[in-house]
Amino acid sequence: MSQLAQTCAITDLDQAVDEALARHGGDSTRLLQILIRAQERLDWLPPRAVTRIAAALGLSRARVEGVVGFYSFLHARSVGRYRVLFADNIVEEMQGAPALMRRLCERLWIEPGKVSEDGLVSVDATSCIGMGDQGPSALVNGVTITGLDEERIDAISELIREQISLESWPREFFAVDDNIRRRDILLNDRLAPGEALRRAVAIGGGALLAQVKTANLRGRGGAGFSTAQKWEFCREAPAQGGGRVVVCNADEGEPGTFKDRVLLTSFADHVFEGMTLAALAIGASKGFLYLRGEYRYLRDHLEQVLERRRAERLLGNGILGAPGFDFDIDIHLGAGAYICGEESALIESLEGKRGTPRIRPPFPVTHGYLGQPTSVNNVETLALVPIIAARGGEWFAQIGTKLSTGTKLLSVSGDCAAPGVYEFPFGVTIAEVLEACGAMDTQGVQLGGAAGMTLAPHEFGRRVAFEDAPTAGALMVFDGSRDMFAVARNFVRFFAHESCGFCTPCRVGTALLRDCLDKLQQGNGSPLDLVEIERLDRVLQTTSHCGLGQAAANPVLDGFRNFRAAYDRRMLHREFQPAFNLDAALARARQLTGRDDASAHFPERRS
Amino acid sequence: MSKTFLLDGRPVPFEDGQSVLAAARKAGHYIPHLCWYGHFPPHGSCKLCVVKIGARHVSACATPAREGLEAESEIPEILDTRRELLAMLFAEGNHFCPSCEKSGNCQLQALAYDLQLLAPIHNRFFPDRPVDASHPDILLDFNRCIFCELCVRASRDVDGKDIFALSERGIDKHLVVKAESGRLGDTDIALSDLAANICPVGVILHKRQGFAVPIGSRIYDAAPISELDLADEEASK
Repeated sequence: MSQLAQTCAITDLDQAVDEALARHGGDSTRLLQILIRAQERLDWLPPRAVTRIAAALGLSRARVEGVVGFYSFLHARSVGRYRVLFADNIVEEMQGAPALMRRLCERLWIEPGKVSEDGLVSVDATSCIGMGDQGPSALVNGVTITGLDEERIDAISELIREQISLESWPREFFAVDDNIRRRDILLNDRLAPGEALRRAVAIGGGALLAQVKTANLRGRGGAGFSTAQKWEFCREAPAQGGGRVVVCNADEGEPGTFKDRVLLTSFADHVFEGMTLAALAIGASKGFLYLRGEYRYLRDHLEQVLERRRAERLLGNGILGAPGFDFDIDIHLGAGAYICGEESALIESLEGKRGTPRIRPPFPVTHGYLGQPTSVNNVETLALVPIIAARGGEWFAQIGTKLSTGTKLLSVSGDCAAPGVYEFPFGVTIAEVLEACGAMDTQGVQLGGAAGMTLAPHEFGRRVAFEDAPTAGALMVFDGSRDMFAVARNFVRFFAHESCGFCTPCRVGTALLRDCLDKLQQGNGSPLDLVEIERLDRVLQTTSHCGLGQAAANPVLDGFRNFRAAYDRRMLHREFQPAFNLDAALARARQLTGRDDASAHFPERRS
Repeated sequence: MSKTFLLDGRPVPFEDGQSVLAAARKAGHYIPHLCWYGHFPPHGSCKLCVVKIGARHVSACATPAREGLEAESEIPEILDTRRELLAMLFAEGNHFCPSCEKSGNCQLQALAYDLQLLAPIHNRFFPDRPVDASHPDILLDFNRCIFCELCVRASRDVDGKDIFALSERGIDKHLVVKAESGRLGDTDIALSDLAANICPVGVILHKRQGFAVPIGSRIYDAAPISELDLADEEASK
């Protein structure tokens, strides 16, 4: 590069960084947003950019580098001008995503995970991007592409080789369908924006909270904690200086889940109105929607809805003319970290840090975002609040079961005729869901994503409910042709990839577990490995800092219980066996000595 | 009459705000720890201080003591778990005690002896972690890092220099320094910084002092870590 070109490049870099800093007011709590913005302009974050950002924000450069390194979608090294990331969730894997990825790599003459020599393109895998109902799917420079097949892959390789900018790619590549298959109280709801809010303002925050309590609304993110109780804790916690905070957790990262995508696409007013109602109930003035990086394509749409709501006085100062009811919502993007779905990790990320779960207590309801009382609620939970506010808690409590009121959105994917979003009242059985989605010859169902449970046919009578089979909404269907070992292995690899690495058991244990299953996959398994897996699981379950590590061994333990044959098939033999193939290890010695006779082999494993 | 909780059936007095670990240590009961340091807030990452309260396993360093609480520590189940966690730390990094300058002064090694972890349990990862010898006085050997973040916290909260941080995540997590070059020699760290003297293992070493004290005459050669840790507590009273 000539000296002039180099100087120009540096100037461009500095300008891009300064624009990102200015856009976010040089606020160090917005570090993650600044890094995302700078990378949008620069394709990656060169060392000079990191140094400049750290200096401008008054942060240690090491801390900024640590944040860059934490998030999968931030790059401290160049990843090419085009970056294609194939979703590697198990459903899409079974639909042929790995073969499509290989095809694209071959067409582009590159290896997965490596940048082409001309710096043009790289191809890699990423965790589930929430398109399990219309995969195989991928992110190209952060934008979602669905319905991949060989034809589309070939077209993409041409577009990249011709260096066509993403804006000029065929629109249909980026189409994302809602695929709503069954509607109930939420998906049938036609409340006009502001209608529920008007009623709530009339009765006041305390009465609204009472309605939510009567409704017995429980968190839809999986844990099922009482929403009213969470709000009460938050409302009663003393708000120091900054006031209370409402956070909508739209970091829908559980593999196989995509119902929040549909709510954010077609029911964004419900979600934002739910947040505003939450603010009224707890006395919050600040709101965040934490949008997973994979859903970046939804950001402009969501910003437009917010803009409209501000114009309609449903957000801002003096909402609906009520004095003192001030509340607004900011959209924060994630950058590829499943752990940020955990509420305290999400708050760390909102503060611009590595998404490491905090020590609890104190809980976010008393000490959350910047130490302020914070209520973190799931997208679906919040979307239901306007309906409760409009139709009353008693009406809502009649739906579903006694302990699990209302309806649940299920993200159904895998081997069925009609994958998509199904809204059922709580208490629906797995068999009923399978019937509705047209699943045949079902061998297993993964309920609740990787962290959930793997159910066999004898358990299909179980009910979707907090008191029976709880789920955040993922339901993956596997028919008789599928290998249930591959399912468990996919999830274990997912956890190893997504472990934040804070605590010893999860950081090391998930990697050990992954290696154990890889060994089985290679056909080198022995019963000792199954003992090892159970021991790892015990340590993971009992000592991990958060739910990720605690759940990491579930898929394998369920697999042992329900699909043992898939594991036994992979045993080298039933006797104990060392971790490597002894005979194969002697191959080089045989080559060096020029011997290949019988006594140069282990007798029991002559190949 | 002060408040008490029970540790392995023995009453332990505590003051409000004290953790189970801190109160136990003050009362002369050792609970193993690697990332805990009395002058810093609890970190809770190494999990060596795991104790059982009812059916739950918790970090003693991050659990506030309260009246009537019953914690179990020296029971086979918990001792097994601690050995397992230690074995994970040994498998994760490159720990070759016989050739390590910190041998005998190393808390990881001392804890392994104390808990009688005598052989590796897992396949080792053998990560590729180059050393950083760029600084005139301090050597960084990342091979031995156990991610306790003591240096990170000391440099940030005591030295006010923010020299260290962690980058990446999961099993790829690693220590970085604040210079754009990535080299310690390009930072303002000094030998007298707490961060340069707090490493419980052999990552942050002072140059030109190798083997000044022969192996056999070092801290944990004289007495096990469980005794010396309590003696430290006694000395600080």
